Amino acid sequence: MTDISQQHISSAKLRAKALREFWYGFSRSNGAVIGLAIFLFFVAVALFAPLLAPYAYDVRFDKAVLQPPVWQSGGSWAFPLGTDAIGRDMLSRLIFGAQYSLFIGVVVAGLVFVFGVAIGVVSGFFGGKTDMAIMRLMDILLAFPALLLALLLVNIVGRGLSGAIMATIIAFLPYFVRLSRAAVQAEKSKDYVTAARLAGAGRLRLMFRTILPNCMASLIVQVTLAFSDAILSVSALGFLGMGATAPTPEWGTMLADARDFVTTDKWWIVTLPGLAILLLVLAVNLAGDGLRDAFDPKLKRS
Amino acid sequence: MVFSPVASGPNSLLEIRNLVVSFETANGLFKAVDGIDLNVESGEVLAIVGESGSGKSVSMLAVMGLLPDNAHISADILRFNGCDMLTMKAREKRALVGRDISMIFQEPITSLNPCFTVGYQVAEVLQVHLGLKGAALRRRVIELLEAVGIANSEARLGAYPHQMSGGQCQRIMIAQAIACNPKLLIADEPTTALDVTIQKQILDLLKDLQYRSNMGLIMITHDMGVVAETADRVIVQYMGRKMEEADIVSLFEKPQSTYTKALLAALPENVKGKRLPTIGDYFQETANVAAVSAE
Repeated sequence: MTDISQQHISSAKLRAKALREFWYGFSRSNGAVIGLAIFLFFVAVALFAPLLAPYAYDVRFDKAVLQPPVWQSGGSWAFPLGTDAIGRDMLSRLIFGAQYSLFIGVVVAGLVFVFGVAIGVVSGFFGGKTDMAIMRLMDILLAFPALLLALLLVNIVGRGLSGAIMATIIAFLPYFVRLSRAAVQAEKSKDYVTAARLAGAGRLRLMFRTILPNCMASLIVQVTLAFSDAILSVSALGFLGMGATAPTPEWGTMLADARDFVTTDKWWIVTLPGLAILLLVLAVNLAGDGLRDAFDPKLKRS
Repeated sequence: MVFSPVASGPNSLLEIRNLVVSFETANGLFKAVDGIDLNVESGEVLAIVGESGSGKSVSMLAVMGLLPDNAHISADILRFNGCDMLTMKAREKRALVGRDISMIFQEPITSLNPCFTVGYQVAEVLQVHLGLKGAALRRRVIELLEAVGIANSEARLGAYPHQMSGGQCQRIMIAQAIACNPKLLIADEPTTALDVTIQKQILDLLKDLQYRSNMGLIMITHDMGVVAETADRVIVQYMGRKMEEADIVSLFEKPQSTYTKALLAALPENVKGKRLPTIGDYFQETANVAAVSAE
């Protein structure tokens, strides 16, 4: 309390203060900081992929097919993580793959957030027949397992990476709609909403300026979950042959290509892309937990 | 039923005749407010008293147009400051409500948006209704916070509601409500959620602001102590109907309606050592409003 009363309020300082408060809440969880560090590492790898990768992702080295990683007998520093069945460098492919996975995560989580929350807020705010219509539609979508629905949709919108992304967005939509609707319903009957209406706020302002910020805590956590789920789903679609196609070094597709080696001793072809997916998803989930701690006003210390 | 004559002058600020508010329920229409008349003038404090569910808040919310869609509102006259609010367009009403009429709610902490600083929330009202900007806006916000007795107000602009106490939040609510110098302020149980010493401070503040700016003030409450403290005139309401309207002195000295007598008799200080009387002690058929109204 005392440190507030001594502060002079200017918008720049206010922003700095908000950021400090956020970091304080976030950094109290070690897992979140580790998650964020791993996540930032992947982002850096994706950004500087052309500089970091020793080779292009689609160059074949016919003389070095199925070479094991460097620490195993037969491995060499030329291919630190080995090569795949047609002699492409695993490390380079994994590095370029980070670009795809992050792109997929950002696009799916971002779009599903925008559309899902917009629909959910409208549904929760207006209630009645609008709500009824929207929620029954979402119930229909929810009646399918997400991956099955994505498979169905990808066949409608077209195979390939963009098809897989679109299908995943639609398959994830109901979760955001339901969550934001429930949050809006809980908030909209509170006195501050009435007070805002009294002060002359219109519907749009009430929905997105007054109520929505109060629902953000749970939505932000859901976004991080959607981010990792999206990477998994698109990878799964890639694995099933519905997502990114052959030379694309998308991790799921790489896994799919490695299917034949699951029962052999060529473990690196299967394990490494899987490990990359696991690490990124884990990092995002950990960071998401920290975000919730930092955003939830009830956990905030004053 | 005995009414003191309803004051109705050319300078009446809010005039309501025969206001009926009913809600659609599973069991048909429920009349929450059944034919209320009232009149407030500039510079006057009117208290509306009644037990829970007597339609005090609902009638005021109806005037402001803040009730949900399943409420049916009708009135013979609903006039504010000479403007007919029944025929007014929604847009005009929105400009009027919030600027010329404003309201304070019962729960100060939930009445402020937890996501924004108090300074921002007071500034928002000024921006929307008066179009103030920049330094002028900031100065006015600080001025308002000082007017409602927030100490060190400049530094408090950046505080969030959860960093303030209930009493302070109520002061911020009041600052928000009086930001545009309203002609009429409706206080819906403004002190119920506060403890007694803070209650007294808030009531004094409201009285003071009302006196200085010559506002009309409607005080909705179920606390006879608050009524005695603040009001010029009192309306006693029960089950959506007006039981009695009187000036403050005659209400306490010579209550006319049986319901008012019952209400006063139920004050704990009047029944030391005995069981508190209930309305059933006064009327055989407790729920029968007709019986109450007919006497």
